[in-house]
Amino acid sequence: MAHPRHLSEPRLLQLLLIGIALAYLGLMIFLPLGAVLVQALQDGSGAWVAAVTEPDALAAVRLTLLVASIAVPLNLVFGVAASWAISKYEFRGKTLLVTLIELPFSVSPVVSGLVFVLLFGAQGWFGEWLASRDIEIIFAVPGLVLATVFVTFPFVARQLIPLMTMQGREEEEAALSLGASGWQTFWRVTLPNIRFGVLYGVLLCNARAMGEFGAVSVVSGHIRGETNTMPLQVEVLYNEYNFVAAFAVASLLAGLALVTLLLKSFLEWRHGDELAARH
Amino acid sequence: MLRGTSASVSVRSVSKRFSAFPALTDVSLDIAAGEFMALLGPSGSGKTTLLRVIAGLEVPDSGHVLFDGRDVTRVPAAERGIGFVFQHYALFGHMTIEQNIAFGLDVMKRRERPPRSQIRERVSELLQLVQLEGYEKRYPNQLSGGQRQRIALARALARRPSILLLDEPFGALDAKVRRELRSALRKIHEEIGLTSIFVTHDHEEAFGLADRVSILGTGRILEVGTPNGLRTSANQVVRSFLD
Ligand SMILES: Nc1ncnc2c1ncn2[C@@H]1O[C@H](COP(=O)(O)OP(=O)(O)OP(=O)(O)O)[C@@H](O)[C@H]1O
Ligand SMILES: [Mg+2]
Repeated sequence: MAHPRHLSEPRLLQLLLIGIALAYLGLMIFLPLGAVLVQALQDGSGAWVAAVTEPDALAAVRLTLLVASIAVPLNLVFGVAASWAISKYEFRGKTLLVTLIELPFSVSPVVSGLVFVLLFGAQGWFGEWLASRDIEIIFAVPGLVLATVFVTFPFVARQLIPLMTMQGREEEEAALSLGASGWQTFWRVTLPNIRFGVLYGVLLCNARAMGEFGAVSVVSGHIRGETNTMPLQVEVLYNEYNFVAAFAVASLLAGLALVTLLLKSFLEWRHGDELAARH
Repeated sequence: MLRGTSASVSVRSVSKRFSAFPALTDVSLDIAAGEFMALLGPSGSGKTTLLRVIAGLEVPDSGHVLFDGRDVTRVPAAERGIGFVFQHYALFGHMTIEQNIAFGLDVMKRRERPPRSQIRERVSELLQLVQLEGYEKRYPNQLSGGQRQRIALARALARRPSILLLDEPFGALDAKVRRELRSALRKIHEEIGLTSIFVTHDHEEAFGLADRVSILGTGRILEVGTPNGLRTSANQVVRSFLD
């Protein structure tokens, strides 16, 4: 699009700014991503395949998928329910609820993990009660799930609250006046109106659930083949100077990031107006 | 078969507050079956609130709403047998025009729901009524504002409501389209013979359209009468509002 001349920045400044932005992106994003790939493949693709199919690595992949497959649906349901309540109804304590939903974003992940150790660890509030019933939470899968749920629960709700607030209640009221039940209204009117927002939130939630390190690290106990998720496995391998294996597993995470980015861009490109309601 | 049933509406001493703010104070109003009633008043006078109380979208703090003498105050909107037309259409954007109009029939319990072919027939009958034949497969965002409101009207009529409630349905449209839709609405009201309650703050519209007009001010009904009767009204507040 041609701008009137007096409105456009001088050509040179424009090029300079674009150049700086590209150089910065290259340095901060593409260089590290490239380095991961180069390191991962430095001993050839055979070594890469061996590293990612090694039993502990496979166990880490399985565990990561398991944790995400529990945490993401939970946060999907919670996020939709919370956004529905917040955006469509007036009630006391609404502002507090919104603040609480945002809380995990402002708390350091390490602290989030420690909270669960404090609650469910051997010395924690419920530690004895749990131990006497042989229930393991910390240093076991339930702890990983709890920490991941906590850290990732804002993603879906944050995406949906502004969107649903903007859409208002009119279409739902129209459905009710036409004889639809609350449940029919939700499935046929509310949900279709927010579907791409939901997808977008789930995508970001999933990326974080699979990539989370801090909170999960505190509650995991780092038992290889048992409680190591992919990010933790990368750290363990790296600390053992097993760089090729570490970067091979890391390259899987980088691949996940790229897929997320592609899907995200696609959603933004096709359904930008619906998603633009956020923030 | 277009002709349906109509019901009378009685509002008995209804009050409604929003937090501390009184939106309706002791409002009573009787509307006969088959009547076309306009609710006229300045912005913030409580017209929408009264209409929503009649629809069941808002529960009054005190007072009762009766349809044909039956108390429906606690009956949910979905079960009142009303049609509601919103100012901003509130069409379902992800559904075609056909699906929008059929919505009220589609959500009926299986044993009450008419068969598919009958629903399709009803949709084309309604499209004919609002003069938009052939628009079945379009989406709401492919229609003009006036066309959208016609579809919203058709959708509200699909289940043959006995009471039609309209909240400034033409408020977002330009003058020419308003005039067209006004006469179309009056014609439809006569053809179907239901009870219509129409909210507006345009007195020309109210007087040109309705059998009787209720004039609201700050949450109370100031006066009710026929257009001719009201023109000679002595009420100072009413006069100042009409001029
Ligand atoms: N959900 C609500 N919460 C708080 N106050 C409300 C709510 N709905 C309406 N009110 C208040 O009640 C009063 C009556 O509102 P209402 O919408 O019924 O007026 P109206 O006559 O329809 O006005 P308009 O012509 O502007 O649509 C207004 O003062 C409004 O601020
Ligand atoms: Mg209003």
